[in-house]
Amino acid sequence: MEIKKGIAVSPGISIAKSLIIDSEDYRIPRRLIKPSQRMVEIQRTRNAFRAATKELTGLQEKQKDIERSKIKDIFAVHLRFLHDRSLRKRITDLVHSDLVTAEYAVSTTLREIASHFTKVSDAYISERAADIYDIERRLLKQLLGSKREDVEHLTEEVVVIARELSPTQTAGFNKKYVKGLATDAGGRTSHTAIVARSLGIPAVVALEDLTEITGGADIVIIDGNRGIVIVNPDDETIRQYQKYSLEFKEFEHKLDAIKEKPAVTRDNVKIALLGNIEFPDEAEFVLQKGGDGIGLYRTEFLYLNNPSEPTEQDHYNAYAETLRVFKHRPVIIRTMDLGADKYTQSRRFAPEPNPFLGLRSIRFCLRNLVMFKTQLRAILRASVLGDVKIMFPLISNLHESRQAKMVLHDVMEDLAEESVNYNKNTQVGIMIETPSAALTAASLAREVDFFSIGTNDLIQYTLAVDRGNELVSTLYASGDPAVLRLIRTVIQDAHKAQIDLSVCGEMASEPEYIMLLLGMGVRTLSLTPPMIPEIKQIIRSVTIEDCNNIARKVLGMNSERQISGYLRNVVSKTLPEVF
Amino acid sequence: MEKTACEMQVEIKNADGLHMRPAMQFVDIANQFKCDISVSNEQTSVDGKSIMQISMLAATVGSKLNIKAEGPDAQEALNALKKLVEDKMFDEPSPGNKKRNHNLVEPHDGN
Repeated sequence: MEIKKGIAVSPGISIAKSLIIDSEDYRIPRRLIKPSQRMVEIQRTRNAFRAATKELTGLQEKQKDIERSKIKDIFAVHLRFLHDRSLRKRITDLVHSDLVTAEYAVSTTLREIASHFTKVSDAYISERAADIYDIERRLLKQLLGSKREDVEHLTEEVVVIARELSPTQTAGFNKKYVKGLATDAGGRTSHTAIVARSLGIPAVVALEDLTEITGGADIVIIDGNRGIVIVNPDDETIRQYQKYSLEFKEFEHKLDAIKEKPAVTRDNVKIALLGNIEFPDEAEFVLQKGGDGIGLYRTEFLYLNNPSEPTEQDHYNAYAETLRVFKHRPVIIRTMDLGADKYTQSRRFAPEPNPFLGLRSIRFCLRNLVMFKTQLRAILRASVLGDVKIMFPLISNLHESRQAKMVLHDVMEDLAEESVNYNKNTQVGIMIETPSAALTAASLAREVDFFSIGTNDLIQYTLAVDRGNELVSTLYASGDPAVLRLIRTVIQDAHKAQIDLSVCGEMASEPEYIMLLLGMGVRTLSLTPPMIPEIKQIIRSVTIEDCNNIARKVLGMNSERQISGYLRNVVSKTLPEVF
Repeated sequence: MEKTACEMQVEIKNADGLHMRPAMQFVDIANQFKCDISVSNEQTSVDGKSIMQISMLAATVGSKLNIKAEGPDAQEALNALKKLVEDKMFDEPSPGNKKRNHNLVEPHDGN
């Protein structure tokens, strides 16, 4: 049994046999073999060469009648490679010395040769790398052929495991049999995430080496609620998960009933529940789940999914689509937040030694004004279609906030000069996600219309913990007193300045922190859409008075362990059905 | 059997250099002979009968290659290879006469 933690991108539980898909665009995972298997893998290599030769000879035959065909020559060249003993030897030597599979040896060797060609400065010769990749594919098809076809001819339920999935691969998925997705790579905006959400199946990404530890037809549990994947679970774990899966379905069913009801506490305090989204089509989902608007519209997908930099019209179309769903409700569009773990398409950064402290987010935008203004123009143009608000991410000082607003005013002036319509009263806010912004919230509050606390980055920067780093990830804690004190400061300063405040980090979707946040004075939460019904259920079961008491107690505590223990205890008493 | 070893320098004269198709012609001829054939440029020496190794030399127009043959038919092999590389220029155009028609298909005159 092996347990892997990744990022949950689509909720639900599934338990099924694994189907491993090796992507053409990525390296075949390095799977080690036992010394005794060497001859088997070497024989597989030879067979693959023989079968590929046969296939190619057949293809060449078909071209026989054509007098001088380019394709025929390409086939002839490829055949010479397949007949080349030194190539075959290089591959079988690798199997022998490094104890790797035939697939891996073929892929590695041919990619080495291809990369040798790409380094040649003569364009005509360097383009020959494509021939080598083609030979690689032909051999891999022989080695993996049946596996790769499988996905289109499934007869039983599977979970698909891959390094990364491409649109071509997912297009062939049969909804009836593909019950979950798990990938080594990817993030919240990856193709896998989108497909899983649209199919309504659980998915976990960023599992790093999952394809290496999973064998074909292993039993795999994908927990898309908690971001966990378990390979070859023991019977007890399977039983637990089957139970959990059933409960989850029942729970979801029960929650469906409260979608239409308002998010008010038992003592009649109204809480606004907004959705965090990445894609325009998720807006519909927020509405279905009973959300009151969009509290965080991430716009990075425009940069990550496009082959080229998005145009003003690309931006505009995406915003307009979202606003069609939420015509008269707030839609907070966050300007581009790339850098650090996410890169712009053109990848113009040189690698930074410390990307999370580097040129990312608003800092990057303020250095790339053309790009920044393109997005702001599109947002302003869309501002006449609904209740649009603009939010700048990662503000770390007053100057940055003023600079960003200045750029926005420039864009407004340009639009006015061109007589383009926009809402002059568009609200402007900032995310509070650095300790420096939290500590200077009082002065920042005088500059903007609203704050949104991004708890993920705020926790990471406050506690100096990269939660993606498993060596220290246990130090990452929403309930740390340092974090809570910063959050309290921000809430108090926002109230004093009478500006709006919301919490849009993951903390807003963690059941055990909801009462605490309400008790600290938060009245607007923005969270991942699937969690809206559950959080609403909590809100409807509590009173603000209880929440205030909890907050008062917690803010007097000085250790994270004490706080999280207390919260778990008090919440499980108040809301037994949630825990 | 008489063992002979001989060497010869050739220059790549066709515009596109020793890319895939010329490399194929080269090894096809080399493989017709019994002798061992090695080809070297300034940095490296490779097996003249392996298309992988020959193509990886990535010899461009103007580069000079040293061909070494060892075996009974060494001299014939060298003559045949020199003819291919320098006289026939792999049936490809020289840089002066460069329409860079490296597509092996004659392009249609599209009307």
